[in-house]
Order: sequence, then C-alpha cells, then structure tokens
Amino acid sequence: MDSPEESRDLSKQAGYTFTILSDPNAEAIRRYDLLHAGAGISGHDVARPAEFLLDASGTVRWINLTENYWVRARPEQILEAAKLLK
Amino acid sequence: MKKFNWQIWAAFVLSLFAFISYFLLFVRFPVTRDFPWANLLLFGAAVVLMFFGLRRAFSSDRTHPLRSKIAGGVLATLSVVVLGLFVFTVFIFARLLPASHGAPQVGQQAPAFTLADTTGRQVSLSELLSTPVNGSALPKGVLLIFYRGYW
Repeated sequence: MDSPEESRDLSKQAGYTFTILSDPNAEAIRRYDLLHAGAGISGHDVARPAEFLLDASGTVRWINLTENYWVRARPEQILEAAKLLK
Repeated sequence: MKKFNWQIWAAFVLSLFAFISYFLLFVRFPVTRDFPWANLLLFGAAVVLMFFGLRRAFSSDRTHPLRSKIAGGVLATLSVVVLGLFVFTVFIFARLLPASHGAPQVGQQAPAFTLADTTGRQVSLSELLSTPVNGSALPKGVLLIFYRGYW
C-alpha cells in the first residue's frame, strides 16, 4: 500500500535489489483475493501476507498463505521451494 | 524484614515488560517471533513472582492487612489482564485473516497485474517473467511477496 516514493526510500536505505511494486488501490491484492479490509492503521485496507512462487510460464508452483500474520516464510523455505523450478 | 511487598510490584512490571518486549524486541527474530516462547517464559516468571507476592500480601503479619490485600489483588488482576491481552494479540487477533478462497492455487495461472515500481514505471507480471536477468538468461520463475501493507 506504500506509494512508489515510499518504497523507493526504503529500498535505497536498505539496499534492496529486488523489484518493489506499489498497489495503493489494492488492485493486485484483490485479484489475488488477499484483501484484509480495514486492518491497517487508521482503518486502511491491507493485504493478508502471502508468497507465491511462479515458474517461467506464470504457473503457481508454491504458496505460503500465512495463518498468523506474525509468522512469515523463512528464506530457507523459499529457497527449498525454488528447487521446484529447476 | 522489609515491609514493602516488592514481589507484587515486580511481577506486574515484569508482565508489562513481557508484553512490550515482544513487539519491540522479539519480533525481530523469527525464532522468538513465530512462537513467542521467550515472552511466555517472562510471563511465567511474573506468575511465580506474583504467587509469592500474593502469599505475602495475604499473610497475617502485614502492617496494613487490608491495604496489602487490595494492592496484591489489583496488581494481580492487572497482570492477568496484560497476559490475556498478549495471548489475544499474538495468538487470536493475528489469525483473524480473511479466508482468501479466491487466491490462486498450485497449478493455476497467476493472475496478471501491472503496477508501478519505485520509479513510477508501470511493470507487468508478464514483463517480470520475460525480462532477462544476469545477462541473457530468462528468469526461471518469479517470487511474488505480498507484505501486509506498510513497512
């Protein structure tokens, strides 16, 4: 939900090399059915945290739909899932 | 023998610390965030302290018996409230997530999207899948990470 400018500031500060996209109108969030209405600060909509690993054809090969938003996928889990893409 | 019942106060302060430290400190490390065992240990210590403090507060040799009991009762109740709030926030509230039945399943095509990157340029999913990385190699795939909303 951050604007491109906010993401850019963070990305620069943290030295991220991956692509960060902004979805301020929750378009992609809705398309992926991840909308968590009103759960953010000041009642804003947020996304329910999720990770999707797609192969080169855009087919979903691995999903992590967390049941508790404090618990996120660990890097090791994703690297393990990435082996599916060989 | 000290007259001040430090145990009931220490137990209450410890339970406040057990609550706050999760959100300020222990969330930064997956090992203590995924299951808050460190904070539950701190709450456990607070419970033990409170037990001894209450025993003292209700003992027969207090200088002000009624005041001791009230102080002990109030602090114990507040500590239980803090513990309850913690359990609710971390275990119950964090699981109140929408069902997301419409999210793409394994084997399905990921829905297309076009969104602005940090420079404001519109980037589509098909572009992410087809833009060469590391020279000339096409990507083997794309990892989409939906974070909660705000950094």
